[in-house]
Amino acid sequence: MATTKKLAASHAEAAAAGDVSSAELLCYYRDMLLIRRFEEKSGQMYGMGLIGGFCHLYIGQEAVVVGIQSVLIPGDSVITSYRDHGHMIACGMDSKGVMAELTGRRGGYSKGKGGSMHMFSREKAFYGGHGIVGAQVPIGTGLAFSHKYKNDGHISATYFGDGAVNQGQVYESFNMAALWKLPCLYVLENNKYAMGTAQARAAAGELYQRGMAYGIPGVQVNGMDVLAVRAAAQEWGDYVRSGKGPAILEMQTYRYRGHSMSDPAKYRSKEEVAKVRSEADPIDNFRRMLLEKGHTTEDALKEIDREIKVIVTEAAEFAQQSPEPEISELWTDVLVGA
Amino acid sequence: MPIDILMPALSPTMTEGKLVRWLKSEGDAVKSGEALFEIETDKATMEVEASDEGRLGAIFVAAGTERVAVNARVAVLLGEGESAVAGSATQGAPVGIPVAVAAAPTPPAKAPPVTVAPRVDDEAKFFAKASRRTVRDALRDAMAEEMRRDPGVFVMGEEVAEYQGAYKVTQGLLQEFGASRVIDTPITEHGFAGLAVGAAFGGLKPIVEFMTFNFSMQAIDHIINSAAKTLYMSGGQMGCPIVFRGPNGAAARVGAQHSQCYASWYAHCPGLKVVAPWSAADAKGLLKAAIRDPNPVIFLENEIMYGQSFDVPDDPEFVLPIGKARIERAGRDVTITAFSRMVGHALTAAETLAAMGIEAEVINLRSLRPLDTETILASLKKTNRLVTVEEGWGYAGIGAEIAALVMERAFDDLDAPVVRVCGADVPLPYAANLEQLALPQPEAIVDAAKSVCYRS
Ligand SMILES: Cc1ncc(C[n+]2csc(CCOP(=O)(O)OP(=O)(O)O)c2C)c(N)n1
Ligand SMILES: [Mg+2]
Repeated sequence: MATTKKLAASHAEAAAAGDVSSAELLCYYRDMLLIRRFEEKSGQMYGMGLIGGFCHLYIGQEAVVVGIQSVLIPGDSVITSYRDHGHMIACGMDSKGVMAELTGRRGGYSKGKGGSMHMFSREKAFYGGHGIVGAQVPIGTGLAFSHKYKNDGHISATYFGDGAVNQGQVYESFNMAALWKLPCLYVLENNKYAMGTAQARAAAGELYQRGMAYGIPGVQVNGMDVLAVRAAAQEWGDYVRSGKGPAILEMQTYRYRGHSMSDPAKYRSKEEVAKVRSEADPIDNFRRMLLEKGHTTEDALKEIDREIKVIVTEAAEFAQQSPEPEISELWTDVLVGA
Repeated sequence: MPIDILMPALSPTMTEGKLVRWLKSEGDAVKSGEALFEIETDKATMEVEASDEGRLGAIFVAAGTERVAVNARVAVLLGEGESAVAGSATQGAPVGIPVAVAAAPTPPAKAPPVTVAPRVDDEAKFFAKASRRTVRDALRDAMAEEMRRDPGVFVMGEEVAEYQGAYKVTQGLLQEFGASRVIDTPITEHGFAGLAVGAAFGGLKPIVEFMTFNFSMQAIDHIINSAAKTLYMSGGQMGCPIVFRGPNGAAARVGAQHSQCYASWYAHCPGLKVVAPWSAADAKGLLKAAIRDPNPVIFLENEIMYGQSFDVPDDPEFVLPIGKARIERAGRDVTITAFSRMVGHALTAAETLAAMGIEAEVINLRSLRPLDTETILASLKKTNRLVTVEEGWGYAGIGAEIAALVMERAFDDLDAPVVRVCGADVPLPYAANLEQLALPQPEAIVDAAKSVCYRS
């Protein structure tokens, strides 16, 4: 029988009290803030016409990816949807390369040929960046399959949304992952909306229980608390890595911005957004905790702010200065060796 | 430094909008993410949020202003201790950040020619030592040899392991390679195609068997969007060495849902290679090439061919180049292109034609993407007449592509319009007589060849 439980409440305290050093905590703060500032900059650059097409911002969800990535080891695979900027930064990919891909320049991770939704890094084992809702789930499961086949001790962290979880291919993947005990950590980022559709209008039942029929354990986690995410990721990451099979972590989170840049967000009230922002912001709350518990000082945090501002400004400059791809790039990378 | 607040573009098509109202006043403190003003775009009314912290300085564009251009300065945001004097800080400074609309690049008119391995004119040499094999056994041998050669190669699909293959193509593989490399999947094409693509990204070399290509429709999203496009979208990082194989096209009396030819569907898509063997030697040499290829390869077999026997070279290094056709029969009067089972029909037709004094050159295309255009054009140069044969529908089909090719590249070599012989433009009927009528028969090829030779 699958263990499924709602809200792993005690995680945050356990983690905060114990095993995580102040230096590590500051790293999480820094990573979350970098993602937020990067995304704000992206939004701004989009507004200036420097970024085209679709651009999906991760603002509000930063604690999820930072908490999960904090327990992964180099060589573990990561894959997600089009809302991918935060994941790439958390994987250690360079902000400049990510931003230059957003502007479609040759310095981008895909040489300008992928765009916001399609970036990859073999070096960081980041496998994209997928624009077809749900498609990353079987692919991520296949990455887990390759880890098991090679017996390399790695796992696959496969992220997807509350909309994607309704795709049939997700259950095809759950079935095979459970059947073959694949080392796949499914991270369901429930930000409450799939474009304009609220979870309740699209999904029956509890999302963390969606693996129950396959015997896949699922837990619901406060995805606005990086330490709660970390604790759950530690526990279930270990479970997955030990060969017991996949697990599902439903992250209760929230996206502050529209689905993409041109979304007027008429499907929810301003009050709803304002309430989450003021009460549950993953960065503000974490910042307060760091100060209250004496992990850091205002000055140290200001220094981090400054450092991040520089990184983001440099990324934006690089993304504007990097030239457009060579015309000859039109024809390259269609086939290997052609 | 004061930061200019610009009229943003909120959709790829927006060039101007109305500034409906201000939500902050001059002098107000502003937090990053807070709404500053509301605009009306071509699509919707939206709020514009501050991207930095500070205090709102001067407002330059009043509420209610229509047709404010994207990137126009609407206000200024002041940092700590900066002066609120209207606009002074940035006056004189160039306003509006340059938009990256580079001059539209003129793409080269045509893709560079697809390079294929040099022609193996020594193919005949391999047949010095050959054995009689069925297409089925040739396919199995190809997989077994490649699995011995490369531990990253594995087979997955429905009934491929314990059942030994729905059409017995994977016979014996489970016994030799074990359950970790010969994997029975649930009936879950979309899922296992995606999983295999992930495994290929992860460094393995999957061979995915579809019980028939009709069921690959469940999986086509992963074949095209995940396998074929990711190399390009990743700027060359994410190669996907994978083979999707199985029987394609009509078998016998299995009705419309189990009888479709997907050649033109897959051949349409850049990022894929598409091959369609006819003989057992084709099957073996091309499947080995497909497994060794670093790209996704669609390998279209034919159920009716599985039991037919041909000479197959014994040498395990008999690997055929993808992208090269083979002239199965030389002739000077008319060129007939065909692939898969239709090669046999074309050869039968050629015999009949020979009895009438028409010498047909039969080209076994073998590879549909890349297409061996040189072999087709060279043959046409000699015969000046062309008939294309395919089992699938003609509309937007392989024959249509070849007709366009010769029209574009060899118009002056044509002494007669190209004639396409293809499946009837209907879902394949079940009734024996109707099915027979719907699929190309050798007689139709004979008639087509006679017509392009202006013979009656
Ligand atoms: C197969 C498919 N259907 C529809 C879309 C259009 N689409 C893009 S994102 C999206 C909503 C997905 O929501 P969710 O999975 O919750 O992820 P989130 O955007 O919230 O991160 C839709 C319907 C798509 N890209 N792919
Ligand atoms: Mg969502």
